[in-house]
Amino acid sequence: MIVADRKPIEEIIEEVKGYKHILVLGCNECVTVCEAGGKKEVGVLASALRMHAMNEGREVQIDEHTLERQCDHEYLEEIRDRIDQYDAVVSLACGVGVQFMAEKYHSTPIYPGVNTTFLGATEERGLWTERCQACGSCILARTGGICPIARCAKRLLNGPCGGSSSGRCEINKDVDCAWHLIIERLKALGKLEDYEELSPLKDWSKDRAGGPRKVVREDVQL
Amino acid sequence: MNVKTPSRLEKVLAAGHLAVTSECGPPRGSDPQVIEEKANLIKDYVDAVNITDNQTSVTRMCSLAACIRLKQMGLDPVLQMVTRDRNRIALQSDILGAASFDIHNILCLSGDHQSFGDNPQGQNVHDIDSMQLIQTVRRMRDEGKFLGGDDIKRPPQMFVGAAANPFADPFEIRVPRLAKKVKAGAEFIQTQCIYNIDKFEEWMKGVRDRGLHEKVYILAGMTPMKSVGMAKYMKNRVPGMDVPDEIIKRLSGVPKDKQADEGIQICIEHIQRLKEVEGVAGFHIMAIEWEQKVPEIVKGAGLYPRPDVA
Ligand code: SF4
Repeated sequence: MIVADRKPIEEIIEEVKGYKHILVLGCNECVTVCEAGGKKEVGVLASALRMHAMNEGREVQIDEHTLERQCDHEYLEEIRDRIDQYDAVVSLACGVGVQFMAEKYHSTPIYPGVNTTFLGATEERGLWTERCQACGSCILARTGGICPIARCAKRLLNGPCGGSSSGRCEINKDVDCAWHLIIERLKALGKLEDYEELSPLKDWSKDRAGGPRKVVREDVQL
Repeated sequence: MNVKTPSRLEKVLAAGHLAVTSECGPPRGSDPQVIEEKANLIKDYVDAVNITDNQTSVTRMCSLAACIRLKQMGLDPVLQMVTRDRNRIALQSDILGAASFDIHNILCLSGDHQSFGDNPQGQNVHDIDSMQLIQTVRRMRDEGKFLGGDDIKRPPQMFVGAAANPFADPFEIRVPRLAKKVKAGAEFIQTQCIYNIDKFEEWMKGVRDRGLHEKVYILAGMTPMKSVGMAKYMKNRVPGMDVPDEIIKRLSGVPKDKQADEGIQICIEHIQRLKEVEGVAGFHIMAIEWEQKVPEIVKGAGLYPRPDVA
């Protein structure tokens, strides 16, 4: 899923301080799972904004709403009849949702309420870690199912570097060395000899480097 | 092993001599004298001199410009190049730039992570990795081709090196990793600083068992300790460094003002021991900001005078 983290409340307060009628809009997908932008967090943020305005003696109206998804036309349409009431929207969706909102409601100011951080998984409650960088041409078949592009600090295709120590990355003892994990996994698969295969230069044109990407599927288009 | 390039270092190795290389870190400024002074301290005691490439990710004068200085002084520079800061276009372009000044050695590295340096907020490139940089230089030299497939007019003539850390984890892939670098096209290796001689010998045995010492020249990396403080720092703070307790004990056993001498002595003893290890083709002496000690070490280890191969 897309993992997001909460933005500092001061930053959001600063962005929306000039507005009187604000909609805090959550999303029921990834950001709900990672507890950054679901119904619960919408409530928390809205209360904090109200409280801050009250303390400053300003009158504001903050409404709360959470959509099934913000990255989908159908669900975004649900608020079309109310959107004009608002001076601004704080979207707690990922950057995709924020942008989709902005595209759809062209004259309404939209502010991001979270920092979209990575594609990852919930390791345990309150701990999310990165797994994928969406490079556009998956190499996991060659790396024991562990991605060095997302998980090695130098995205080495032929690692590990000389800084790998006791299974940890040179940048931080709290970070696993991706290549250590790959080697352990190759061993478990009885394929350690695959380690000596040189990985070819990567074609980054399918990555962000190639410009904004598109998936077109004529077979499923209406 | 036949000589494939005009590199002096390659000639020394091919002639069967134990080679000696050292390195200079460029200054954090634009004063060319710094490089010249460092080079003058060591030039008669080494066969080639590495110029580091923004080592530990701290911004410095570029390796290429400093290499050109050395070349103009008549030395044989080793251009260190990390893949952290340049994409494949810039790497190939810098290789050609170096070749245009007849720089005949390159050391292909991935580079320390930028979080160690003065620009931790910077982006890192890592378009290709160090193995792939080795392959890139070999292709440019041997096939006369750019990565994109076009022909190179006057291809670079570079003796291609790589680093190896016999002490990093996991230990069991340390020999396979060297094999992979050799497969990629590395012709010489400069190792991480060696303090744990037993472990290094164990690694060398693995290297010999696979016959790798016959395919690549291995230069053992040596860095003299200036003090017990430095030894402790290296042990605890530098990733991938293996400093046995006995080194720390030995340095602590002498008064503070004698620790530097003791450090030099240990370094000389280590070289003398490693000279006997089959497959060790020479020494890479990294006396960090202590270049003036290189002559003493080289002489003390019986590696002086340097052979005349030109
Ligand atoms: S220690 Fe491992 S994860 Fe960290 S940069 Fe080196 S190879 Fe990559």
